[in-house]
Amino acid sequence: MWPIAFAVGVACLLLGLVISWIVAAIGAVLAVVFGFLWARDVTRDVRDEVPAIEPETRAVADQPSASTTRAVATPQPLPAYTRSRFLEASTLGVGAAIGAVVTLPVLGFTVLPSFTNLEEDEADLGPIENFPEGEYVIASFLANASAGEVSRRTTFVRNNGLTEGGEPSFTILYSRCVHLGCPVQPNGPIDEENTKEINGVELRPVLAQSFGCPCHGGLYDAEGNRQAGPPVRSLDRMTFSIRNGRLVLGELFAVGNVSGTGANATISRYPWSVPGTHVDGVEAWLYPIVPSQVTG
Amino acid sequence: MAAKSKRDQMIDMAVLAPLDWVDERTGAVRGTKWFLFRNVPRDISWMQTLGSAALTAFIVQTVTGAILAMYYKPSSEIDPLTGKPIAYSSIEAITNEITLGWLVRGTHRWGASVFIILLFLHMGRVFLFGAYKYPRELQWITGVLILVMGMLMGFTGYLLPWDQTAYWATVVGINLNGTAPFAGPWLAQFLASGPEIGSDTLPKWYALHMLLIPGALIALIFVHIYLVTRLGVSSPPWSKEAAGRERTAVEPTGARAGLVRGSGGD
Repeated sequence: MWPIAFAVGVACLLLGLVISWIVAAIGAVLAVVFGFLWARDVTRDVRDEVPAIEPETRAVADQPSASTTRAVATPQPLPAYTRSRFLEASTLGVGAAIGAVVTLPVLGFTVLPSFTNLEEDEADLGPIENFPEGEYVIASFLANASAGEVSRRTTFVRNNGLTEGGEPSFTILYSRCVHLGCPVQPNGPIDEENTKEINGVELRPVLAQSFGCPCHGGLYDAEGNRQAGPPVRSLDRMTFSIRNGRLVLGELFAVGNVSGTGANATISRYPWSVPGTHVDGVEAWLYPIVPSQVTG
Repeated sequence: MAAKSKRDQMIDMAVLAPLDWVDERTGAVRGTKWFLFRNVPRDISWMQTLGSAALTAFIVQTVTGAILAMYYKPSSEIDPLTGKPIAYSSIEAITNEITLGWLVRGTHRWGASVFIILLFLHMGRVFLFGAYKYPRELQWITGVLILVMGMLMGFTGYLLPWDQTAYWATVVGINLNGTAPFAGPWLAQFLASGPEIGSDTLPKWYALHMLLIPGALIALIFVHIYLVTRLGVSSPPWSKEAAGRERTAVEPTGARAGLVRGSGGD
């Protein structure tokens, strides 16, 4: 049982490095305690037979040629815990400790950067007047200006006007196909004359009532619901806020299904997960914890 | 034993004495003979050379890859001179500007396919000949691991040109891994260095492609070839020769016997 508990402790420690230091501390304590218990368990056979024999006695037993003692020498059982065994165990133990001290940080450095410090720049798409009501605009922006063009993301933004409650409503679909992540294209002509580019943000109005994926033929309707092909959920969406009359994008989330349209749509929202993974239904049980749930 | 001719004595002095000197200290001559001077079944054919062919293809890949690494730059940043990503620009330079770069890159690019094809042909030969059976099971297992590593080489190498095909094929590949139950989304995020491919992805895959996976691959190839040497080549299933014939020991005839014509041995 101790190795399993030790592994749980290490996992808790690594997870804690992502979530919070409290969890990490608990994990560290668990790992140390159960590691100690495990080590004690493993070395029990060695430690229990610590002999109560004087070294001098052994030296005599090792030299039966000494004629004076031969007559009275009774066969002494040699101690099980010899110096060589102690040296062997300590060499292995010290080696393992050095190995762990070197390996664990390297492992952490290998794995953790993919899950930590993932904050991205806020995407400011400009004045909402640039988004005519009821029409899609292909909006692309840099999610991380310091990383450059590699961080360019594309969204399809539709101004839905106001909701019944008088709140502004936008449909913001993320362009990545939820089958395997290819770039979904709007099925309609792009209004090239009204294309705008401001501060790295590209806005291209498009007449489209559906979206298609060039890779494997996924097809989505104007609300991002799957119409045909292999996608397993609806197109991902992004939250938004309006600040000083400007449309600012928020976090990315996964969508199970959308009923209704535009400002009246009901969206089943889930934490974002990799394309191709189910977020609702029985199949979602295969993905109980996705990274975005842990790292936020 | 007849007296040695003058010529044989000179051979002894010039070639064999240094070999003896090395062998006495390292066992290298005996080791080389153990590796190369093996009995093989009488009725083997070109089919049994597919493994060596795959090894040759791998050596070609390591050499051409090492040379390409001298000119390739794994960065997704935009090169201010060309207005294109640095990685893509360096690939363009290798292909169009650097002398014979097109040849080395082409060899590496097509050699990758040749390596995989030869692996499959070799695997098919071993399967159809039943050569994976006792005592060669571990050869089969290490061979399968070599195949997996070879495919990982293809997967990671495909991204490096950093063109549209490379990028989107890798997006699809990463997300395919992402659909594995439970660990899939975590694996995908590790491979992409974040929720999406970013500026860290290309250097990471470059390191995987030219350091980590080749290291594992070379180690596996050594184990695989050691087992081939130890257990020998199996007879074809239609062979009339008795299987499992003992190989003659290296030692009794002397370490260097047979190395040079006229120096004794068989």
